[in-house]
Amino acid sequence: MDTQKFIIRQISIFSENRPGRLAAIAHALGEENINILAFSIAEANGFGVVRALVDKPEKAHDKLQSLGFNIAFTDVIAVQMKDQPGGLYVVAKILGDAGINIEYSYAYSGKEGAVLILRVDQVEDAIKKIRNSGAVLLERSVFH
Amino acid sequence: MYWDEKIETLKPADLQQLQLKRLKKTVKLVQNVGFYKNKFAEAKIKPSSIKTLDDIRKIPFTKKQDLRDGYPFGFFAVPLKKVIRIHTTSGTTGKPTVVGYTRNDLDAWSDLIARNMTMVGITADDVFQNMVNYGMFTGGLGFHYGAEKIGMTVIPSATGNTKRQIEMIDDFGVTTIHCTPSYAMHLSEVAEELGTSLESLKTGLFGAESWSESTRKSLEKRLGVTAYDSYGLSELFGPGVAFECPERDGLHIWHDSYLVEIIDPKTGEQLADGERGELVVTPLVKEAMPLLRYRTGDVTMLMEDGCLCRRGKKIARITGRSDDMLVIRGINVFPSQIEHVLLKIPEVGNQFMVYIDKINHLDEMTVEVEINREYFSGELADLANLQKKVVKELRDALELRTTVRLVEPGSLPRFEGKSKRVIDRREKE
Repeated sequence: MDTQKFIIRQISIFSENRPGRLAAIAHALGEENINILAFSIAEANGFGVVRALVDKPEKAHDKLQSLGFNIAFTDVIAVQMKDQPGGLYVVAKILGDAGINIEYSYAYSGKEGAVLILRVDQVEDAIKKIRNSGAVLLERSVFH
Repeated sequence: MYWDEKIETLKPADLQQLQLKRLKKTVKLVQNVGFYKNKFAEAKIKPSSIKTLDDIRKIPFTKKQDLRDGYPFGFFAVPLKKVIRIHTTSGTTGKPTVVGYTRNDLDAWSDLIARNMTMVGITADDVFQNMVNYGMFTGGLGFHYGAEKIGMTVIPSATGNTKRQIEMIDDFGVTTIHCTPSYAMHLSEVAEELGTSLESLKTGLFGAESWSESTRKSLEKRLGVTAYDSYGLSELFGPGVAFECPERDGLHIWHDSYLVEIIDPKTGEQLADGERGELVVTPLVKEAMPLLRYRTGDVTMLMEDGCLCRRGKKIARITGRSDDMLVIRGINVFPSQIEHVLLKIPEVGNQFMVYIDKINHLDEMTVEVEINREYFSGELADLANLQKKVVKELRDALELRTTVRLVEPGSLPRFEGKSKRVIDRREKE
């Protein structure tokens, strides 16, 4: 199975926990005409990591790096959900039954329906298990 | 009250005679130390060149860095067999400064502590709780031995567990406490929360960090004690070098045991009484680790006026440092130590800023470090682990808990020339 086409490049940006940092990131991406498809902020003791799926990850990476941001790519996968009550449960149960260990996750609801973004430790293994379980994985080409 | 009235109130002429005798002996003793042999040769002097007290000016200064270079036993003037105790004090770049004591040293040291405590009216009838670190820090065992010599009832409670400390003060009828002034303030607050007024307390001996007159007033009010300032440093035995008498207007430094000079830290020139400068001390009764003209880095002055208690000339309370050393919760910290720790952690840059605040009367140190671009994985967990790692490495090196803040690369100020990496926000009263 070609697992590669399901691996999506998330950008992860280190940010101090102080006012204006998110605005600075968002402004830079807007300037480059980069669209943010999904994003989340994870917060620890005084700092955080902004995670985003964008349509032009390389361009976003170069732009933010040129502005001095600390940025890295992270491999994530996206699972299609039904945008209706119980939709998350169906997917979460499949993942649980398949023994997928989730490091973190966030979701968005867009034109193609609801999507669950997952960061897992064994990405190729997870892709196979999820595909075998009958859940729908979105291909990278949907995002970028 | 006097512990040793004759010595404590020696007439100037007799004192000088004793000082000269002891200085000559010390000068002879340091010839066992390679560092001093070389220094004497470089300065083209011999032990016999020291004929008067003023001749001490011919001898070069000894600095803390010299002691570090001698790690571990380079400054011992006696065989290790004769050294019966070792203490250490924090060094600037990982290795501590080592100090050693012979049996006579420990006896002389505890005698000085006994003098200090007797001077402020403490007797064998008192119950003493010693709330400082009992490990390598000289404050714990130093005061412990002095208090036992007087015959006080000694409670070696050491640090931590404030509720238990308060319980013991109340249950054991403690009259005298020794701790840092910040801890005393913390203790008073916890006591207030617990609803006890610490009825039995009479005397508070506070040292290891500088504290103001307004802190004194509030400690006395909150704890119901008379508060005395205590001064010392490990290189000169430890605490006990100088102490306030009941007048509480300056500290009596024990001139029979310590030859005192105040110098301009820039030129090294001696300053007159009443002029503020760096305290330089030649200990006169140390055996294991004799030192000559040791630069303490502490800023004070010799006070011109005599004292009602008839003891010798006083030094003013310490007002600062002539170097960049910080005192955080009684622990000495050099900014270079922090830099040295960070150098060993490639995931963070070498730039840093230090902020010191007083939070609930305790010193809190916050260190800001930049994360290194190369090592950023994008994972929050890695960053959280890195933060923990820096906290741990700093704690291991400084013996101090710090707060570490990870900041974005390039966000800390860069300095050209003299850097200002430390922002001390503690209130200066």
